[in-house]
Amino acid sequence: MAAIGRGILRRGIVGLPAVGSGSAARSMASWFGHVEPAAKDPILGVTEAFLADPSPEKVNVGVGAYRDDNGKPVVLECVREAERRIAGRLNMEYLPMGGSIKMIEESLKLAYGDDSEFIKDKRIAAVQALSGTGACRLFADFQKRFLPDSQIYIPIPTWSNHHNIWRDANVPQRTFRYYHPDTKGLDFASMMDDIKNAPNGSFFLLHACAHNPTGVDPSEEQWREISYQFKVKKHFPFFDMAYQGFASGDPEKDAKAIRIFLEDGHQIGCAQSYAKNMGLYGQRAGCLSILCEDELQAVAVKSQLQQIARPMYSNPPVHGALVVSTILGDPELKSLWLKEVKSMADRIIGMRNALRENLEKLGSPLSWEHITNQIGMFCYSGMTPEQVDRLTNEFHIYMTRNGRISMAGVTTGNVGYLANAIHEVTKSS
Amino acid sequence: MGIENARDQSSSPGRRLATLARHLSVGDTSLISSRGEAIDTAPTAGFHGGSVFANVAQAPEDPILGVTVAYNKDPSPMKVNLGVGAYRTEEGKPLVLNVVKKAEKMLLNNPSRVKEYLPITGLADFNKLSAKLIFGADSRAIQENRVATVQCLSGTGSLRVGAEFLARHYNERAIFIPQPTWGNHPKVFTLAGLSVKTYRYYDPKTRGLNFQGLLEDLNMAPSGAIVLLHACAHNPTGVDPTLDQWEQIRRLMRSKSLLPFFDSAYQGFASGNLDADAQSVRMFVADGGECLMAQSYAKNMGLYGERVGALSIVCESADVAVKVESQLKLVIRPMYSNPPIHGASIVATILKDREMYHEWTIELKAMANRIISMRQQLFNALSARGTPGDWSHIIKQIGMFTFTGLNKEQVSFMTREYHIYMTSDGRISMAGLNTKTIPHLADAIHAAVNRTK
Repeated sequence: MAAIGRGILRRGIVGLPAVGSGSAARSMASWFGHVEPAAKDPILGVTEAFLADPSPEKVNVGVGAYRDDNGKPVVLECVREAERRIAGRLNMEYLPMGGSIKMIEESLKLAYGDDSEFIKDKRIAAVQALSGTGACRLFADFQKRFLPDSQIYIPIPTWSNHHNIWRDANVPQRTFRYYHPDTKGLDFASMMDDIKNAPNGSFFLLHACAHNPTGVDPSEEQWREISYQFKVKKHFPFFDMAYQGFASGDPEKDAKAIRIFLEDGHQIGCAQSYAKNMGLYGQRAGCLSILCEDELQAVAVKSQLQQIARPMYSNPPVHGALVVSTILGDPELKSLWLKEVKSMADRIIGMRNALRENLEKLGSPLSWEHITNQIGMFCYSGMTPEQVDRLTNEFHIYMTRNGRISMAGVTTGNVGYLANAIHEVTKSS
Repeated sequence: MGIENARDQSSSPGRRLATLARHLSVGDTSLISSRGEAIDTAPTAGFHGGSVFANVAQAPEDPILGVTVAYNKDPSPMKVNLGVGAYRTEEGKPLVLNVVKKAEKMLLNNPSRVKEYLPITGLADFNKLSAKLIFGADSRAIQENRVATVQCLSGTGSLRVGAEFLARHYNERAIFIPQPTWGNHPKVFTLAGLSVKTYRYYDPKTRGLNFQGLLEDLNMAPSGAIVLLHACAHNPTGVDPTLDQWEQIRRLMRSKSLLPFFDSAYQGFASGNLDADAQSVRMFVADGGECLMAQSYAKNMGLYGERVGALSIVCESADVAVKVESQLKLVIRPMYSNPPIHGASIVATILKDREMYHEWTIELKAMANRIISMRQQLFNALSARGTPGDWSHIIKQIGMFTFTGLNKEQVSFMTREYHIYMTSDGRISMAGLNTKTIPHLADAIHAAVNRTK
């Protein structure tokens, strides 16, 4: 388990500007001349490169945003309808610091279950957050403030921004083994070892479903074992759920891990995002919840979460929250949403099948089982950075260098081309 | 493994007992996990007790937002909310500008609108247009590509991102903020890692600017210190320096290499004129020096809850601006990845269309004029009652707020006896007044002042 230290803060050396009166500022040197250009974000940089490529054959399987079978981004029908209802409304007033009450209520039902006793008992401290990133960040800052000696265990690999989030919150990081490069599946034995060897009461980041970037999820039985071990070790489970509904097509099924932990009596934390499952990407709609001992504590925890939000952005954006609560609060719209999220998940599953079939038909010497074993938006192909570079340079196929393929970018139109290219760069391995 | 029929769904204790029962076998205290295995309950086990957050105390209410909470609880028909600074019409209703409604409709029907994530730095059009709005279309800094602009979550978000950037890359941690200032300022800067100091600003005797004190305190600031400046319509006092005074402040700051960090939350809302309200900022940028600028569209476009704003950093050269922008991304990505699209799209739609822009300036001027008229009416009402004291500051101060000069006890009295809701520092939001409520407020002030003479 590697320890990942804090980033080193840079302090530059600035030459003193020339002193003078009046408009002498012109002769000043910059205060920021020492600032170094920052490295490009590994994930978002891929789309930038893709956009700059003039080739007509180019394929973007980089960033995880859903595309339809024509490779076009999609606005869900239920979202369109919700926006129609919202436009021209009476006010755009500030939401409370903790965000939209309605949106929070609906989000908790989705994650904890419609009939959750924890909701009825008001034991969940919950605030609207800026999508999954914002929810994780609020939790990380909260963890730092109230458990300053705690650290966070993060799976290897994980979404790269997870590391940035806890680093900026000044929470020390440890890792636990997760992905097995040989099987391209879960390294369950190592994961359990790391859970057992972590000091009691450690904080763990768990992907509730559709692990990003590997697509490898524990089975239900494995989740039960993990939960059991967490009980023994008194670990704190923090779930990042960015793909509820998107993984299997059924939100209830995708929340199974969380429900198991709740059954076992864990007091969990949970980050929810509507970016993918409702296609609300840029609206930044999400929710952070923490299950507490009782209502009193939930009120206290919520008030403290608000204190973290207030000096960051005061209160969260209203539009996305209204879309979410309009859809989830209306039985017809909710039913439409469930259909639409299932069809997105189904298309992805279909593309997984197609990609694997294509590769097998091409006579690839390698096993591509993992393409259909893995779940959700991403496939961890097992390709090396060098192979990925070849895909980009020779075939104009864009993906992150860890070999992660965003299945959402695969279409019936490009799956053949993609399979061919992958076969070309891997056939001699 | 549950004792299902023992579950009484109707009561909370019943449900908790049922859950407990599911996990306890008769006669011993071991837990059964969801997979049927026994778990030892150590004294510190997390089940129904021993939460890791048990020590979390309830946070105090936000003083400003708490005013509205208290107002909402009050059943009196006479109540007036002069707390939070959100514009209200003459009828006391919140207002969505017509031009904003128009822009929203256009977006709804626009097939080419962005459906996915914005870049980390936000909507490019919005950023360019925002910089033009505050710095002026003819600004040399813009023409020379020396301005790095990133979309942020309204004024708060812009301040926070700017402050985080400074804490990482600037060699001076001290930031001087005016006394008084918006209650959230010190928290934003402190959490970002800056060290908050103050400079004198408001003079309670004149209810105007303590200019001497301001100059003295800035003069004593260490070289390179950051200075927070309210671009116009100072919150909470409504007291702004004159252009002449701004020029003196600028000279002093440049001579001491103090770094200006502007907070512009009321451009266009103060005087009714967008350019006039940006004069202070433009004066600084014109001298070629660097500065930070936090811009908000919450009030001047009525976009409050959409959280629309921009942080601009005016740099000495285009090269520096590029590098600065890249570093701003590193602050933003682990905070919320990329900013919310809806409000920024509305702003961009309006600012890039000549007619809509014009329409906006008219609606903006109407809001500003109503506020100015409320000031005049309140002043007249107090004069008519012969309320002791000089109340001319009501018409001298500018923007949404008036710092009445009333003290905590007087404010308390007004809340108790007259159901007037305002912050305890004596600040009233003029936007919350109308022709009908002014006499009531005047009565309340009159009574409060006479009572504690």
